[in-house]
Amino acid sequence: MEDEAVNNVMCQFTDPEGTPLGAPLYLPQNAGPQQLQQIVNKLLNNEEKLPYAFYISDQELVVPLETYLQKNKVSVEKVLAIVCQPQAIFRIRPVNRCSATIAGHAEAVLSVAFSPDGRQLASGSGDTTVRLWDLNTQTPMFTCTGHKNWVLCIAWSPDGKHLVSGSKAGELQCWDPQTGKPSGNQLVGHKKWITGISWEPVHLNAPCRRFVSASKDGDARIWDISLRKSVICLSGHTLAITCVKWGGDGVIYTGSQDCTIKVWETSQGKLIRELKGHGHWVNSLALSTEYVLRTGAFDHTGKTYSSPEEMKKVALERYNKMKGNAPERLVSGSDDFTMFLWEPAVSKHPKTRMTGHQQLVNHVYFSPDGNWVASASFDKSVKLWNGITGKFVAAFRGHVGPVYQISWSADSRLLLSGSKDSTLKIWDIRTQKLKQDLPGHADEVFAVDWSPDGEKVASGGKDRVLKLWMG
Amino acid sequence: MPQGDYIELHRKRHGYRLDHFERKRKKEAREVHKHSERAQKALGIKGKMIAKKNYAEKALMKKTFFVLLNADLKVKGKVLKQTILAMHEESTSRRKVDDDVQDGAVPAYLLDRENTTRAKILSNSIKQKRKEKAGKWEVPLPKVRPVAEDEMFKVIRSGKRKTKQWKRMVTKATFVGPGFTRKPPKYERFIRPTGLRFTKAHVTHPELKCTFNLEIIGVKKNPNGPTYTSLGVITKGTIIEVNVSELGLVTPAGKVVWGKYAQVTNNPENDGCINAVLLV
Repeated sequence: MEDEAVNNVMCQFTDPEGTPLGAPLYLPQNAGPQQLQQIVNKLLNNEEKLPYAFYISDQELVVPLETYLQKNKVSVEKVLAIVCQPQAIFRIRPVNRCSATIAGHAEAVLSVAFSPDGRQLASGSGDTTVRLWDLNTQTPMFTCTGHKNWVLCIAWSPDGKHLVSGSKAGELQCWDPQTGKPSGNQLVGHKKWITGISWEPVHLNAPCRRFVSASKDGDARIWDISLRKSVICLSGHTLAITCVKWGGDGVIYTGSQDCTIKVWETSQGKLIRELKGHGHWVNSLALSTEYVLRTGAFDHTGKTYSSPEEMKKVALERYNKMKGNAPERLVSGSDDFTMFLWEPAVSKHPKTRMTGHQQLVNHVYFSPDGNWVASASFDKSVKLWNGITGKFVAAFRGHVGPVYQISWSADSRLLLSGSKDSTLKIWDIRTQKLKQDLPGHADEVFAVDWSPDGEKVASGGKDRVLKLWMG
Repeated sequence: MPQGDYIELHRKRHGYRLDHFERKRKKEAREVHKHSERAQKALGIKGKMIAKKNYAEKALMKKTFFVLLNADLKVKGKVLKQTILAMHEESTSRRKVDDDVQDGAVPAYLLDRENTTRAKILSNSIKQKRKEKAGKWEVPLPKVRPVAEDEMFKVIRSGKRKTKQWKRMVTKATFVGPGFTRKPPKYERFIRPTGLRFTKAHVTHPELKCTFNLEIIGVKKNPNGPTYTSLGVITKGTIIEVNVSELGLVTPAGKVVWGKYAQVTNNPENDGCINAVLLV
């Protein structure tokens, strides 16, 4: 009697890219996400049980299959395609309070960045200094002076041993984060201000040496910090470069105000590809592997590595795991209110055009697991997109001013956004709602960063203070 | 055809004389010397006139800065001479390249954007609340001339024989809320003439240094007394509440501010408009 009550349905599990995992299965309809999770773990022969999220036609499955089928009136005759997305095995606590407000900068804070291991924090400001902060005591540690003008960009090397900052006067400076002293002279070459810095991924070159910087003058330059000079100058853009990323496959992507994205090869600086499609400035680029490239060998466990070779090996492992067998994806956000999803390694045509924003898109960011793309726009909203297909998923509304910057938590479950309206907001990806509102800044928030270990959030803005937030 | 047009027509057809530009250059180059010779030789009123003109020109030259340089090099000799002088001075006086650090730092992604009104968050709502409680504001116009009652009101005689004198007409500008309904005329003690009613004010933001035409929400305080406040009389020094939602100001909690106080700086009854300064 009971056996008859339970109906079966034919299900096909697929991974986010759409490749099927095994043959279709008959599953009892009373199976919920937990049962499915067990089945998938068994199916894939996972040694440790990974949590999964299940999606049927882009909607997350949270109820047993039966309820879903009844509610959405899906035919039981057809094969039900269930997409399984592996979730991070750790959870990041959402931050909900301001743990410290550190004054120190004499002008607006323009950029903040946690080191890849999450133990150090640096900020660049309009008072021409870079400051390093002690995260344990929440006090200023070093003040690095030397720049001639506003410090616009800072970037940590993925092994955490160097910090590079670029200023409005066009010079770059490399700092030693342990002592706060400049290592070497200023790197001069750019004629106008620096708009972006990106380091070579650690899995390509073990002790980090090279990084690329983009400038308003339309050039990108590759620098070598041990030679202390510009190795290659990538020129070709006719207008200012707004964003630069060093991809995991050893190519450099630059987005420019001349509406194009160019892909460069890094040994000789040759142009490989030109991605055209945008109708206005390209503001921001994001790589599906960006988070792994940024954190290098460091993961949530907080392991440290002694030798560069070991670091390189681990980083490569992490990178390959993250990338899977799909090519690297690139998302570009533009002033024409749209975004494009590209697969530069495969084709020079965009995979999808992502429309929906009503104002320019200022910042795009892939989630650490590569399954989501978030975009911050001046239309006061943050939008969430599927990172593989580029389909629209949700819009997060709540800010009353333009959203400047976004940042993901390491487990891809939470998204942080900082806005002109002086607040930070944390959004829950699962429920697609506002999780936490973080007021406290007295003026516009220019920069936000979520530390890779997930403990802290740092934000800085026009009110000249650096705020640390904790869970 | 006027005389001067023939040369133009000719040039159009046959182009310039081959040595035209060379001659022009030489003429311009010699002009300076000629002028100098004349200036040295001229006597009497002529000399004075030339000296005065030269002086004025030179004073202007001293003022002329870098701006003029890019402006118009093509405009004939005089301007050219000025710019050259300015250039010359610039080259002699050692100065830094334009890299002096400016205030108001913005991140790289905002550098190329047009500077839309960068409204600071002025409204500290708590501060405003506290002030509201005390009923005191730090205002741009701390003292105002007191307005006597007989200046403020005009007595209206009523009744069949015009013997009753209890009606008053407000002779100043007023703000009447949108929800106002008149009392029956028999009981209407104060008349606020429609010609002197205002719904909008020109409000200047003291830090942004720009003026907006904003809607009035209410009269917060008339310095002449609470009766005038409740009547909505707007005189110089009155504190009014205006709708600033267009300005995009934000509270510390990240909500849009829509009401802010402003002080009236003119005499609206004389000017026919209300000018006010936003209280920050």
